[in-house]
Amino acid sequence: MPKLPIKRLETIANEIREDIIRMLEKAGSGHSAGPLGLADIFTALYFDILKHDPKNPDWEERDILLLSNGHCVPVRYVTMAHAGYFDKKELGTLRKLGSRLQGHPERTRLPGMENTSGPLGCGLSQAAGMALAMRMDNQKNRHVYVVMGDGELDEGNVWEAAMLVGKEKLNTVTGIIDRNNIQIDGPTESVMPLENLKDKWQAFGWHVIEIDGNNIDAFIDACAMAKAIAEKPTMIIAHTIPGKGVDFMENDFTWHGKPPDHEQAKKALHELRTLGGKIRSEHE
Amino acid sequence: MSDLHLVELTSQLAGEPIRKGFGRGLLQAGKDNSDVVAACADLTDSTQMSLFKAEFPNRFIEIGVAEQNLVTVGSGMAAMGKIPFVSSYAAFSPGRNWEQIRTTICLNNQPVKIVGSHAGVSVGPDGATHQMLEDIALMRVLPNMIVIAPGDSLEAEKATLAMAQNKHPNYLRLAREATPIITTADTPFEIGQAYVYRQGKDVSLIATGTMTYQALLAAEKLAGHGIEAEVVHVPTIKPLDDETILKSVKKTGAVVTAEEGQIAGGLGGAISELLSENHPVPVKRVGMKDRFGESGTPEQLLLHFGLDANHIALAAHHVLSNKTT
Repeated sequence: MPKLPIKRLETIANEIREDIIRMLEKAGSGHSAGPLGLADIFTALYFDILKHDPKNPDWEERDILLLSNGHCVPVRYVTMAHAGYFDKKELGTLRKLGSRLQGHPERTRLPGMENTSGPLGCGLSQAAGMALAMRMDNQKNRHVYVVMGDGELDEGNVWEAAMLVGKEKLNTVTGIIDRNNIQIDGPTESVMPLENLKDKWQAFGWHVIEIDGNNIDAFIDACAMAKAIAEKPTMIIAHTIPGKGVDFMENDFTWHGKPPDHEQAKKALHELRTLGGKIRSEHE
Repeated sequence: MSDLHLVELTSQLAGEPIRKGFGRGLLQAGKDNSDVVAACADLTDSTQMSLFKAEFPNRFIEIGVAEQNLVTVGSGMAAMGKIPFVSSYAAFSPGRNWEQIRTTICLNNQPVKIVGSHAGVSVGPDGATHQMLEDIALMRVLPNMIVIAPGDSLEAEKATLAMAQNKHPNYLRLAREATPIITTADTPFEIGQAYVYRQGKDVSLIATGTMTYQALLAAEKLAGHGIEAEVVHVPTIKPLDDETILKSVKKTGAVVTAEEGQIAGGLGGAISELLSENHPVPVKRVGMKDRFGESGTPEQLLLHFGLDANHIALAAHHVLSNKTT
């Protein structure tokens, strides 16, 4: 796949945000803030970074992407549809009976969905298991990416995995923390302080890169750096804006776990199409 | 029964911890299939995974004292085509990490083999914290999970080999202390099969794990009172061998279950569910009755909590007095 220019990736990320709003409105439940904030990262992963084949999701040489904070799965579903894993029409089935697009992702339901998640704190352990299996099989050209939430880091399981990946120096694992500073009960630093987060991961034997997670260019660079570091695993702390692109959702923790209603969705789509009023929408 | 090639019941039966059989089985499974891998949470000798580790150091991962990570790493390995055996004490795995087993292993129907050693009160002096009694109940309620409690070390060896050959989540329950060896190399074992170890017509003694030996002793005692007890060994608690169990119970019309764990949700629970829907008869459950264990020698504890042949025989007299026909 030829590399796309950053401008094109940014356009795709914005289209993905629009589809997230549409699918959440239709579903009538689900998480808004996290998926919107992660749209740039998922666009970069699926359209630039990952070695993958949407027409052959089980390709044996593919890179693995794990979504540990399963509640953010709307961004993954939409990005997978845009990347060609399935028809975008299916996005309308989110959270409906019989759908492959479950409220929280299930590995056995949707080809290309590498893990089942929702209960938090498991993705990094699974990434460790996968990287260890790859090492046993001498598969050196595959990489495992795992996206985690910041609130998720409250889970002890994460730190058990952090120790193991550090101990085993699994440089084929790259972690991505969606550092958006919100969780259900409020700001992360008041619910359960995570700082100094960079020091914490370094102390566990990780190389840490801190970036603006809504800057696609910076994220692609960070992933390239992570792959280049052979001595240890890399954790990318990606500072994102929850609800990114929709003014009334941005940085508001009350949008963690709810979908927009019809009027809110209309307003959100208008904002996304006009980039917050900076340009005129062709749709209106 | 002769076709089961059991050892004749004498007072001089050789004994061996059931976990030893697991260690040998895992080593053999590793030789048979290079996809078999192992991970342990700082109890590699205790759980007998050390044999595998010595032979296949590159296929063994030391996880440290981190049971949540243990099973979830197993899920990741299984996703890449491995057949991971993950071991610890049953109190910690599956005691501590049930949700990870549920979400990352059972919901995905992945072939992670969870091995819980030191189950039951016969752990002894370590006390209640380490005497896992609820593991069968915890594992039995999970969809896709297969639950196995072997009766002796030879059966554990066969069970381990059978576990390596199926594509589902499995739980294997092991005991710490030496358990009399009642089977031989020729005794059959198949996952999902119950075995009639002794024929009788008056009462069915349905037992699992370490308690099968006690049930056989109880049948001997009952024979002295003119009671012909049938002993059904149930090494696979899930899926339960409905056919063999119902056949026995339809013949005898009375049941005693026996296990070294909580009767609520355990084998006693499973048998009661089966019988109440299909063939209700008087049932008495021998096992732990909504309480924890405590420190003591294994022999003292089994006696103290009524987990021996005498109590099984007593329970048999009780159900016989309630029998309607």
